[in-house]
Amino acid sequence: MSQTVDVGTPPAPARDERVARKSPLGRLMARPEIGALAGAIVIYLIFFIVAPPFRDASSLATILYVSSTYGIPAVAVALLMIGGEFDLSAGVAVTSSALVASMVSYQFSASMWVGVVVALVVALAIGFINGYLVVKTGIPSFLVTLGTFFMVRGLNLAVTKLVTGNVGTNDVSDIAGFEAAKKVFASQFTVGGVAIRITLLWWILFVLIATWVLLRTHIGNWIFAVGGSAPSSRAVGVPLNKVKIGLFMTVGFVAWFTGMHILFAFNTVQSGIGIGNEFIYIVAAVVGGCLLTGGYGSVIGAAIGAFIFGMTNQGIVYAGWNPDWFFFFLGALLLGAILLNNFIRRRAEASR
Amino acid sequence: MTTTADTKTQAPLVRLTDAGKNYGNIIALQGVTLEVSGSEVTCVLGDNGAGKSTLIKIIAGLHQHTHGTYEVEGEQVRFNSPREALDHGIATVYQDLAVVPLMPVWRNFFLGNEVRKGPVMDRAGMRKTAKQELLDMGIDLRDVDQPIGTLSGGERQCVAIARAVHFGAKVLILDEPTAALGVKQAGVVLRYIIQARERGLGVIFITHNPHHAYPVGDRFLLLNRGRSIGYYAKDEITLAELTGLMAGGAELEQLTHELEQFGDEDSELRHVAEAFEHEVAELGVGATPPPDQSAGRHEPPSP
Repeated sequence: MSQTVDVGTPPAPARDERVARKSPLGRLMARPEIGALAGAIVIYLIFFIVAPPFRDASSLATILYVSSTYGIPAVAVALLMIGGEFDLSAGVAVTSSALVASMVSYQFSASMWVGVVVALVVALAIGFINGYLVVKTGIPSFLVTLGTFFMVRGLNLAVTKLVTGNVGTNDVSDIAGFEAAKKVFASQFTVGGVAIRITLLWWILFVLIATWVLLRTHIGNWIFAVGGSAPSSRAVGVPLNKVKIGLFMTVGFVAWFTGMHILFAFNTVQSGIGIGNEFIYIVAAVVGGCLLTGGYGSVIGAAIGAFIFGMTNQGIVYAGWNPDWFFFFLGALLLGAILLNNFIRRRAEASR
Repeated sequence: MTTTADTKTQAPLVRLTDAGKNYGNIIALQGVTLEVSGSEVTCVLGDNGAGKSTLIKIIAGLHQHTHGTYEVEGEQVRFNSPREALDHGIATVYQDLAVVPLMPVWRNFFLGNEVRKGPVMDRAGMRKTAKQELLDMGIDLRDVDQPIGTLSGGERQCVAIARAVHFGAKVLILDEPTAALGVKQAGVVLRYIIQARERGLGVIFITHNPHHAYPVGDRFLLLNRGRSIGYYAKDEITLAELTGLMAGGAELEQLTHELEQFGDEDSELRHVAEAFEHEVAELGVGATPPPDQSAGRHEPPSP
């Protein structure tokens, strides 16, 4: 009986008519950050034209500072989102870290560094609990972290009240180690007469490390994979649970770092702050091209997203507009970025 | 036992003897005998619910058999995890292929088995290897950096096969690799099955389409309702017989009648019944099989 499929012949190179060489521009257009970059340039130009104070170097430094305080958490939030998960507790975890460091050092009359380390442990624990609950229960991280968000928010208020009898912590600026810690987390230096906050350097460093991990190491491969298709990555032997828990703990780490900055920049911490910031981190990541469903995105994009946030936040002030409109602009920006990203991604995928 | 190629090992790579599987008091699989040696393709045919998935799961190590024996290269085994099966060189390419659509081909190829140079991945080496391995399977990809989701279904299937081969598979289990594909793409995948055979692998090819199975298979195991209803070497059966057995002529007819009966009470169901009847007629169960000489890739009717 003869065969019905001519299996002997090698497959014909019949794909050629479908694959045109992609131009460098086309390659650039296919990057996840491209929408955010275009948006950042447009917004920069708008404020540059309408707001003369915006043009000063010192204004740029301020904008970059504001951007960095949101951009640092957004680094890990972007990684987590690429890994397919959310963390709504990131904003209040920042506050928890600052509160814990402050109260531990003050109440136990210990060095500031003791508080800093204890706060790190607490922040990582919050991340671990989030991650553990997500991977063990299979409940969407949106719900799990919504729960932990309220719990942490309540703890911030209740424990602070219990310990200090107040809604804020005591001033810790004369505790041993404060100055040294402040140098690390909240110092500033001048370059050409412009004061630069150290968080900017940390931000750049974190973005570079995260980008390197994401694109060059096998861990990055796994992050993309668990976000892109969890069952597939599990089937080929990617340690899915470890990757996801690790990502949540990374968010814990940056929350801790940001909390330390707040503590050492302001000396005291109000227990109610930080609520709503988790959305700004997510906005930065999404504006930066991270796909809400995971598996696609970039840390550099999230940094650009945070920069757009900083520019808008400060630019409205420099332009003399009513700042009440800020959140309206932020929301419009988010929607615009999502539409632009969708459009670009579809084009990029279609053009292959 | 007819073997098409003389294999170096005397014992077949995989041999199931009278194997069965019960889930509690439910008999999912019973009395299945099957073997595959290097450079051989064994096809497992059966309709939905025939026990194909249970059979794959036993061979792949997801489940354990409760009756009979399972030997790998003559040694009795009972796998507790897919990892163990993999360590014995038994790799399964599932229908969903275990690929991440948005990731580049080379990243998918090495996912979970990344080649490292110190802390970083050896990206150049991995790109080159992926490209070469795919070329050896006869897929000439212009760019291994394109997301795997942009490849055609057949090509994706082949990347998954090439990946299994590269990471040391001796036996490939292919779970319905042609099921979701068009006629042409299915032909492409069948070629790669042959290619894998030529490279000395044993292939277990699960399908419900006799027109896909017959051209590439050396042995055919037919399953129905958890039982083996036939195990043939190629020279013992014709495509027509295979098709007839597979479609289970009498059963289909009965089903048609049942549908018609229900159809009297429900007009929507009647439409289904009519369409079904039409399809059964088209399948040509019991009638002459589709002509062979019409040859080539356009021949197999899509399922």
